[in-house]
Amino acid sequence: MFCVTVWFCSQEDGLRQILQEMESLYEQNQSDVNEAKSDGRAELIPSIKLRHCCLLRNQRCVAAYLYDRLLRIRALRWEYGSVLPANVRFHMCAEELQWFSQYKKSLASFMRSLGADGLDITQDMKPPKSLYIEVRCLKDHGEFEIDDGTVILLKKNSQHFLPRWKCEQLIRQGVLEHVMS
Amino acid sequence: MEQLTHMEANLQRVKKGDAKASMHRMEIDRIRFVLSSYLRSRLQKIERFFPHILEREKSRGEGDPSLLSPEEFAFAKEYHANTETYLKAVALKRMPPNLQTVDMLKAVPEPCLDSFVFLRVKERQENILIEPETDDQREYVVDMEEGSQHLMRYRTIAPLVSSGAVQLI
Repeated sequence: MFCVTVWFCSQEDGLRQILQEMESLYEQNQSDVNEAKSDGRAELIPSIKLRHCCLLRNQRCVAAYLYDRLLRIRALRWEYGSVLPANVRFHMCAEELQWFSQYKKSLASFMRSLGADGLDITQDMKPPKSLYIEVRCLKDHGEFEIDDGTVILLKKNSQHFLPRWKCEQLIRQGVLEHVMS
Repeated sequence: MEQLTHMEANLQRVKKGDAKASMHRMEIDRIRFVLSSYLRSRLQKIERFFPHILEREKSRGEGDPSLLSPEEFAFAKEYHANTETYLKAVALKRMPPNLQTVDMLKAVPEPCLDSFVFLRVKERQENILIEPETDDQREYVVDMEEGSQHLMRYRTIAPLVSSGAVQLI
């Protein structure tokens, strides 16, 4: 999950430069098109076509870059959970936060519709191998209740033998570590 | 899904510490994994090919069954709308007037129907036409016996998958 944040920086400056370039190319084309039409200057046409190709390419690149960002944001929902940490949110623009919020809602709505009570398909990412696993706590997480009502205190460096299905999400979030002996 | 809820209810009734409880639990976990994994794959494919899937739904005939559940269809539409809204708001509306839309059908790659797939034959098939791969080859026909397994291009056997005559493995 942490490699996702390394890639994530604000896109404002690069994007602004490209959009300015597109505006300038378009304006040059507008003026050349008018000249070509009114003065019959057909020799302007190749440069008009070239600028148009540049504009299309810029649009394609911008869309590809922005969509790639969305795919990484989507991955956060699946790998990390529905609440994003502040250091990740810091690198997202308002529209990306909006996209994430909408995506979460869509996914939640879909999961609720499965069976009678819904099914959380963001859990059970790996085939189950054993019922209980040994885990070490990597950071203080406070109290944790397991199915039979017992409460475990998750203190940093403590080790516990817990049901696998309860630990999955905490392992993904980096709170617990699966100890394999 | 019903089996899962039934088994979880059973589990509540079994006494704590009973050996049966562990077996039940393992079985529940396995079923839940297989189910979740299957549904996840479907959702991932919807996200990956969303414009093409929505296009196919739009052009689907009256009698043709949908390949998506109603909830999956809703998810696909929401994903499409959400993504378009984002692209428009962040970049497209700041672009020149003639470049403010992106044709998703062109922008998003189509699923490759020529990929090879493993299949098992449920109903005997005769005279399946195999297209040539290279210029030197010629097309030929094969018969597929019931119970046999093959590795073929998806495109060749796509209608047979729809009809249930073959099963992908």
